[in-house]
Amino acid sequence: MTGSKSPLRFVSPLVRELPKSGIRKFFDIVAGRKDVISLGIGEPDFTTPWHIREAAIASLEEGWTHYTANLGMPKLRTAIAEYMRKSFHAEYDGMTEVLVTVGVSEAFDAALRAIVAPGDEVIYHEPCFVSYAPVIRLAGGVPVPVGTFRKDEFRVTVDRLEAAVTPKTKALILNFPNNPTGATLRREDVDAITEFVLRHDLVLISDEVYSELTYEGERCTFAGIPALRDNLVFLNGFSKAWAMTGFRLGYVCAPAPVTDAIMKVHQYGIMSATTVSQAAGIEAVANGDDDILAMRNEYHRRRNFIVASLNEMGLDCFMPKGAFYVFPSIQSTGLTSEEFAFRLLDEKAVACVPGTAFGTCGEGFLRCSYATSMPQLKEAMTRMREFVKART
Amino acid sequence: MLETDSKGLCDPLLTLLQQNARESDEVIAKELGTTPEDIRGRIADYEHRGIIRGYQAVVNTDRVDDGSVRAVIELRIRPEREGGFDRIAQRISRFAHVESMYLMSGGYDLLLFVKGKSLQEVANFVSARLATLDGVLATATHFMLKTYKDRDVLMEGDPQDDRLQVTP
Repeated sequence: MTGSKSPLRFVSPLVRELPKSGIRKFFDIVAGRKDVISLGIGEPDFTTPWHIREAAIASLEEGWTHYTANLGMPKLRTAIAEYMRKSFHAEYDGMTEVLVTVGVSEAFDAALRAIVAPGDEVIYHEPCFVSYAPVIRLAGGVPVPVGTFRKDEFRVTVDRLEAAVTPKTKALILNFPNNPTGATLRREDVDAITEFVLRHDLVLISDEVYSELTYEGERCTFAGIPALRDNLVFLNGFSKAWAMTGFRLGYVCAPAPVTDAIMKVHQYGIMSATTVSQAAGIEAVANGDDDILAMRNEYHRRRNFIVASLNEMGLDCFMPKGAFYVFPSIQSTGLTSEEFAFRLLDEKAVACVPGTAFGTCGEGFLRCSYATSMPQLKEAMTRMREFVKART
Repeated sequence: MLETDSKGLCDPLLTLLQQNARESDEVIAKELGTTPEDIRGRIADYEHRGIIRGYQAVVNTDRVDDGSVRAVIELRIRPEREGGFDRIAQRISRFAHVESMYLMSGGYDLLLFVKGKSLQEVANFVSARLATLDGVLATATHFMLKTYKDRDVLMEGDPQDDRLQVTP
């Protein structure tokens, strides 16, 4: 059906005009091919540690099958507040300043809808996670991207933020450690951005879901900075730290009035995060320190391996200090990101995501996820080496 | 620098070798951010100092039907005035049937993992060689029926990656 009679006429113009995710396009091409080694997967390859899965099973056996409080189980919120104190040196009241959500994705959506008024501008950095601009639009805001670049190791710089800010700017979204680049911020960046946020009195929405996957140096976070506390909406989740993507469990930490506002959106949209997942989350926070350490060590070694291998084959790649992505430049091959990704898939059956899926300034780059076993990574590097060699 | 986890040893090289001792020096060097020469040198040093004592495959013996039998044997022994358990423990550990052996706290003293060609052979080993040793007070033999997990490796179910092939 086309034209005025198409059911498409029922879809709101806002949603109709949202672009489909660039990842989706690539996924459709890869899907169904069994021979492919995928470095295109944005989730841990580890299965959730057994003691956490076991706690979820036990909760079902005990009959924890009901709604929980809108904010989440008090026991989980208290545990999260304690974790924030221990790991981030940040004080949040588990009863009024922590909201448990269905993954960071829901936390992000609810936070934006609670904060953004129609026409408000929201600054975010590219390349970035695919949902940022669409969710800003759905919340009625105007997305304002600022670029990050290889020469800065994809860190956000305040001069670019300064150039993007207007009297209509309401919020700034940051995601470090970053998907897709693996970039982290330095202490001086955190200080400068904090000063910038306070000077313009913006809301800083900091998505730190990869925070536990920081490999060298201190973890740079916006949590725990007293002067910033009122302006900060801190987002984190269980997916990356404890390999719990399928549980869909995340949380927001924010001052009580802001948490309360986000909770309203969450309450009407979701009610409460899945109970069985919350039970698993309690176990993860209580007894999961060693899991994080073991997985972080494994990712750390793979990162070293993949960065050394990519540079060796002539794809310039900085050493990212977080997440489980590397973002090599493929400019030496003379191909665009899409050409490189599609031909690599076609000729060598290795799937990587073109940098452009994460914003236009991702052109010339490729996202390779190392959340894949070492044997697979080794084979993928061998195939990529052959592919690049034939072109340089 | 890599950190030490509860299963890890102080040197990540040892942890890595325990996971996969067949990995090439070149790949290990990349993983640890060093050179293959450095890795070869460190491994040689560990071997020289007797810290690395061997390399073995983790075999699911249940799937290699060679008719062999494994048993766990608890042994109570009489410690000696000089040397305690060590002298008799060393005598026992030299038997080729004994694959692993540990000094234990609790209701018995030594725990042996024993392998033999048949049930009869293991039984004979226990009654003729172990039980008759001077200083051995009692034995209890348990035959193993099935291996579920050995040295961190699950014996059933091959790992499957059923994640979506491309995700944000």
